[in-house]
Amino acid sequence: MDTRSVPLLQVDNLRTRFHIPEGTVYAVNGISFSLNEGETLAVVGESGCGKSVTMLSILKLIPIPPGEIVTGSALFRDKDLIQLSDKEFEDFRGDEIAMVFQDPMTSLNPVLSIGQQLTETLCTHLSINQEEAEKKAIELLELVGIPEAPSRLGCFPHQFSGGMRQRVMIAMALSCTPSLLIADEPTTALDVTIQAQIIELVLHLREQLNMTIIWITHDLGVVAGMADRVIVMYAGFIVEEALVDDLYENPYHPYTHALIGALPRVDRRRDRRLASIPGAPPNLLVEPKSCPFAARCNYVIDKCRAENPPLVYIAPNHKAACWVDIADRSTGPV
Amino acid sequence: MMTESQPLVVVENLKKHFAVSSGLVFKQKKGSVRAVDGISFSIAKGETLGLVGESGCGKTTAGRTILNLYTPTEGKIMIEGEEWSPKNKKKLKEFRRKTAMIFQDPYASLNPRWTVSAIVSEPLRVHKLFKTEKERAQRVKDLLNLVGLSSRLINRFPHEFSGGQRQRIGVARALASDPLFIVCDEPISALDVSIQAQVVNLLEDLQDQFGLTYLFIAHDLSMVRHICDRVAVMYLGVIVELGERNEVYENPIHPYTKALLSAVPIPDPKRDRERRRIILSGDVPSPINPPSGCRFHPRCPVMKEPCEGETPVWQEASPGHWVACHCCVCDE
Repeated sequence: MDTRSVPLLQVDNLRTRFHIPEGTVYAVNGISFSLNEGETLAVVGESGCGKSVTMLSILKLIPIPPGEIVTGSALFRDKDLIQLSDKEFEDFRGDEIAMVFQDPMTSLNPVLSIGQQLTETLCTHLSINQEEAEKKAIELLELVGIPEAPSRLGCFPHQFSGGMRQRVMIAMALSCTPSLLIADEPTTALDVTIQAQIIELVLHLREQLNMTIIWITHDLGVVAGMADRVIVMYAGFIVEEALVDDLYENPYHPYTHALIGALPRVDRRRDRRLASIPGAPPNLLVEPKSCPFAARCNYVIDKCRAENPPLVYIAPNHKAACWVDIADRSTGPV
Repeated sequence: MMTESQPLVVVENLKKHFAVSSGLVFKQKKGSVRAVDGISFSIAKGETLGLVGESGCGKTTAGRTILNLYTPTEGKIMIEGEEWSPKNKKKLKEFRRKTAMIFQDPYASLNPRWTVSAIVSEPLRVHKLFKTEKERAQRVKDLLNLVGLSSRLINRFPHEFSGGQRQRIGVARALASDPLFIVCDEPISALDVSIQAQVVNLLEDLQDQFGLTYLFIAHDLSMVRHICDRVAVMYLGVIVELGERNEVYENPIHPYTKALLSAVPIPDPKRDRERRRIILSGDVPSPINPPSGCRFHPRCPVMKEPCEGETPVWQEASPGHWVACHCCVCDE
């Protein structure tokens, strides 16, 4: 938290497209953001907004073809990840940056034991022998709170519950003590009580290992209590970026505003209908030339349909991409 | 909002057990999954009852058994004072007309080879509700307009629609036979936040317009508080707490309800950080051999002696607020 000046990761003008028989999918459309050491950054957006593709692009996990990273750089410390060769990247992935995926049911290999899967990563990256790797694997399982770790090494994924599998995934991601952990909707497939367990675990590990975290989610509630900064994505663009308290208290972009309004609250009595956003997200097969939210926005002006607004500072540490000034919006419909 | 005089739906001691067998040729019965193990509640006309719980607690099975999609192992289901009976085929069909279901997955619950018109008119055909094809087509168009879809889309196929639109088609189908009672089985959990609000508002509008009665099955406790009049909390096949929504959310009694509510994230950073979460250890046990006594006792943070051996009594803690827990007895 104290080294704010030197970003750990600096992404600039990243554009990712997919060429499919129906045309070109404009998945990520020139996004830039930076991440400081020790920070927890939340990336929030609905399905298809490009939040996962952004992270997969940075990690070079996009299948090329059909995927294509058109432009962009991702500086991690002083290396541009996009320019690294596959061979160079192999040392990087898992070692410096690790990822936890959404679905713990499908991201573990069902025919290998937990022990085999954990030691594989360890042997590859740390060049240690099987015996040492097993010892380390047990330590890792204990770290993520799996009871009776030594006897669990021989178990297969189907013998674990969803929450336990996600713990194993986290153990695997942590195996080489990465500086950056990217968590892609790690709790979406889990029940709330298990979700609370996993969040608690990650927060505990963050403190213990001083990790930098990118937490991708569609749930504004999950990240409210844990993130330092939040990026809101829509149709492949970053539409707003702010410190967490600022974002929830003073959302600037009409989309962020509507998204927060669409959430019911468990801690409050019902006082209104939910604010629904009319329509659906835009077709990503069409090249975006205007504001992506224009068709669903209550405050739309002609300029919104003609030109895409840039992401600019509207306050210190608070960026948004909207042509309409918030002061002018009170006159419009709510 | 509640008229307790004549409940529309009454469920009494409903049980649904599934046999578990092993062996390929000579099947041996090994035991049974007690998915729903004796639940009772009633729903007044025009009311929405929320049924919440974690995956595997039996909430979906409960919903399906109430509509006789599964034959109940034991128990009674009454609608408008008349008992469901799986044996009386003719009567069963009449009951089916009065009830409907909205399914969780808008992708799997619509036949991909059927047009919207065929999907929405199926209940009309099954129950022979309109004499001519023309009348039926008109009814389908009206239904589509009702759920906010253009009636021009009548000959399209499900794959041409987005998730939210598909769920609207599912709602239109559920409304086709003019039902009194609709079981909504996680109707919004597969949808994005902004689309969830659209579907929830639609369900509320339809309830106001037609006086519908809902059983709203969900795991999203925030949404349940928003949409439901009363809430029932299920754990491993039994209801552990039931009451008016604000009462349950503001004064939860059962330790499971407390833990569940404390685990729900609040989209407000300051409040979320201030909150003390009750973290339950472990996972939900298997419903094949559920724990003895109170089923929650192995995970309960305030477990006391009687919890292990004795099944807690279902009792009214305050008017309309029911709970099954030994600890709230100890407190008194």
